[in-house]
Amino acid sequence: MSGFDETLLDDADETVRVRFIVNGRKVACEVAPRETLVDCLRNTLELTGTHAGCEMGACGACLVQLDGRAVHSCLMFAVQADGAAINTIEGLTESGVIADLQAEFHRRNALQCGFCTPGMLVNAHELLLQVAQPSREEIRDALSGNYCRCTGYEAIVDAIDAVAKARSEGGGAT
Amino acid sequence: MSAPLTSLDRPNSYIGRSVPRPNAKRLLAGRGRYISDLRLPRMLYAAFLRSPHAHAKIVSINTDEARALEGVHLVAIGADLAKICAPWTGTLDHFKGMTSAPQLPLPLDRVVWAGQAVVAVVAESRAIAEDALELIEVDYEDLLAVVDIDSARDAGGPVINPGSANNTCFRAQLDNGTVDDAFAHAAHVVEEEFSFGRHTAVTLEPRAIVADYDPAAGALTVHHATQTPYQFQDLYSRHYGIPEARVRVIATDIGGSFGMKLHVYHEDMAVVGLSILLGRPVKYVADRIESFVSDIHARDHRVRARMALDAKGEILAMDVLDLTAIGAFSTYPRTSVVEGNQVIRLMGAPYRFKNYRASLEVIFQNKVQTSQYRAVGHPIACAVTERLVDMAAAKVGLDPFAIRAQNFIADDAYPQTSPTGYRFEALSHQASLKRLHELMNYDGLRAEQADLRKRGVYRGIGIAAFVEITNPSPAFYGVGGARISSQDGAILSLTPSGEVRCLISVTEQGQGTEAIINQIVADQLGLGQEHVKVITGDTEVTPHGGATWACRGAGIGGETALQATRLLKRNILEIAALILQEQPSALDIIDGELVDAGTRNQRMPISEIARIAYFRSDTLPPGTQAQLTVSHHFAPQGYPFAFTNGIQGCSLEVDVETGFIKMLKHFIVEDCGRVINPMLVDEQLRGGIVQGLGAALFEECRYSETGQLVNGSLADYLVPMPTEMPDIVIAHVETPTADTVLGAKGVGEAGTAAASACVLNAVNDAIAPFDATINSIPITPVKVLKALKRF
Ligand code: FES
Ligand code: FES
Repeated sequence: MSGFDETLLDDADETVRVRFIVNGRKVACEVAPRETLVDCLRNTLELTGTHAGCEMGACGACLVQLDGRAVHSCLMFAVQADGAAINTIEGLTESGVIADLQAEFHRRNALQCGFCTPGMLVNAHELLLQVAQPSREEIRDALSGNYCRCTGYEAIVDAIDAVAKARSEGGGAT
Repeated sequence: MSAPLTSLDRPNSYIGRSVPRPNAKRLLAGRGRYISDLRLPRMLYAAFLRSPHAHAKIVSINTDEARALEGVHLVAIGADLAKICAPWTGTLDHFKGMTSAPQLPLPLDRVVWAGQAVVAVVAESRAIAEDALELIEVDYEDLLAVVDIDSARDAGGPVINPGSANNTCFRAQLDNGTVDDAFAHAAHVVEEEFSFGRHTAVTLEPRAIVADYDPAAGALTVHHATQTPYQFQDLYSRHYGIPEARVRVIATDIGGSFGMKLHVYHEDMAVVGLSILLGRPVKYVADRIESFVSDIHARDHRVRARMALDAKGEILAMDVLDLTAIGAFSTYPRTSVVEGNQVIRLMGAPYRFKNYRASLEVIFQNKVQTSQYRAVGHPIACAVTERLVDMAAAKVGLDPFAIRAQNFIADDAYPQTSPTGYRFEALSHQASLKRLHELMNYDGLRAEQADLRKRGVYRGIGIAAFVEITNPSPAFYGVGGARISSQDGAILSLTPSGEVRCLISVTEQGQGTEAIINQIVADQLGLGQEHVKVITGDTEVTPHGGATWACRGAGIGGETALQATRLLKRNILEIAALILQEQPSALDIIDGELVDAGTRNQRMPISEIARIAYFRSDTLPPGTQAQLTVSHHFAPQGYPFAFTNGIQGCSLEVDVETGFIKMLKHFIVEDCGRVINPMLVDEQLRGGIVQGLGAALFEECRYSETGQLVNGSLADYLVPMPTEMPDIVIAHVETPTADTVLGAKGVGEAGTAAASACVLNAVNDAIAPFDATINSIPITPVKVLKALKRF
């Protein structure tokens, strides 16, 4: 036989099985205990729309909707999310719940490189679920943990403001 | 030919119109394709062990345990990569006398900044590679580190590059007119020493690269998040000895760049070498801490400057000394002296004076390299000039608007050559100043300021005029021997179904390059925007060109697209004329239809021309060869640069108890020539201003006395966030360049160029009642309190 030293595999092998509902579908995967949720989403589940910008909760690029709330997926281990329902930008896009936000961001060019955009949209979505008619200050405040290097923020604030108004007029922005 | 470029009422008139970017929808849906997302079959991951010392000898490296770790494929040190990679030197010939030591992907025997990559590990995952790093032992012998400008210039102090007499990288001198005489006879002289801290690009997506060497084909493919794929194709080819045609660089979506991602980084060069050694794809994505210690930094200048004026407030002369510390090497291939060079040449640019003297000294130190980042040199030249102008105004007793109105070069006096050696074609400082005065309701702001002061509220109003360098010719890099193109190329095809595909060398980083090229092509051909596809960023597909930097995308890339489209249109009309038995000049294209030029009566869709040309060439007259693909290159001629100008204004409030500064409103009047897409231009300005405000108020890479970066994380290094940033009001003046048909100039750096100057003037205005002044950027609360003698 190959004389294979079994102990060599001990550490590499240690994974934990986790189950989530991601974008409406049940998924199960094997993750290392040290793997963050953002890495699990991006690498294992190939949901690369969620981004990592700082991996310490400071930039908002990794925001996902977890059990209905916007959560930093870089600050959570994948094992901690076991049993959770997670929506990423891909799922929120497919279900159409942020279509008006996306259209308004597009119309006003509220994105340049687009790297911050999924996190911005997840946060904007959460804000509008909680406050129907936020003021511009409240919008800026709600985005205070979302870093964007490209836009200067104003168009993002304008887009969210316009969608909030359109939604509360009942028509929707699109 | 300018009439068709401005009329917005005819069909397909996209130039001048705010249309959304077609490629932005993917990004909104989370379908971006960033290099950090990329995963290739058999791909491995690199991680780097970095130097904890700012300056040290490498005595020994023990990698045995790391090599033995399961999942590790390769551990490489400097000597391993030096065998296959030719060293590089960050000098250019037109910077006479500049020096810099040769560089390799990983150092052989010495580290010169804390954070420099020393050993590379390639493993099956990034986590394993990082585990292996912890098993590597490096024995260093500490050397004295040079961490500030003064100690770097100390005669007899430590010298960073062995074999050099001192730590000087480059010196330059400008002397025009009679400076000493002007100062001797001046009625007023203002003088100040300014300091500008280091800051860095902090793109939200860090640097990312996947190198994929195929030993069977002898071919290298590099997926590289960069602005300049052609530059890297050339460099990888030459430094690794692979024929250029077998090197392909693909730059897909990129999470921000701002100049930072067009330089050669040691890790990136190493990753290419690692892939060559392994014959497998190797990926490296910097994490945030690595970005802070290895991305280029910018600025780090100390400027002493004085300005002479006559009794009426007429500027007579400027005298400037700029000291800048760049790191231990000059960056390759664009060097680290361009910023200093632009600082001394942009000084005083809006003003009419003839006597100018400047010295520039570029100095090595044990920190990461500085190099070109958005608005290279502009914020420094602008802040120094504009602060001196404000100081002069106060001394002479003039309002900031009045002293500028008095001293600006008149809009009708162009062309002009500045005493610093730049040639300006046509600028509009006077018109912009007038416009800003109305835009910000200056008199209203002053009245409000006076009122509030009585109540102990200290508001400041600042303005700052600027000149921006755009559309660079070969005078920028080419003449210095750099293989960096100033021309662009486009290949345009009419497809068999009558659509247009445009392959072009300019690249997209989110500013909307593809959108404006699409607009220009659709406009000039006479086609709906949705029928034009623009492809960028792949050296195997798109023609060689300068790509996107120094604000050349719209001006040079746009002109390339315009000229190429006109050639394609001519060819289409020639074939159409044969088919319709007309003269080509009697025909035109509107909305994808061939029409009679005079009556606009529809004759035939261009898809029909394409069908006949591609599939029924037998029906064309004998000897006809339809050319429905054209390729075209355009290099700027005439002026070496297309300068733009503008002026910014801001209103802010200083809390004199805490030193905090609240931005209330920001204004800009900008003249970038022909505006192709007003919305995209405005968003460039806003984004640029906010980057400038970050530099003005928050951003600084802070170092300890031993040369350790002490705030290398997004929690410690402050960037501008939505809550702190003001709304920005924008107006335009349009002075097209006559050097091109399109008339467009750049706009990407205008916002950053003057934002910090504007804030500096406003803060000084706010604290003027306390007889306090500030001359250092970023303007942190501590500096404000120190100026107010409350700290
Ligand atoms: S990556 Fe999670 S907040 Fe930055
Ligand atoms: S669009 Fe680039 S970071 Fe926000």
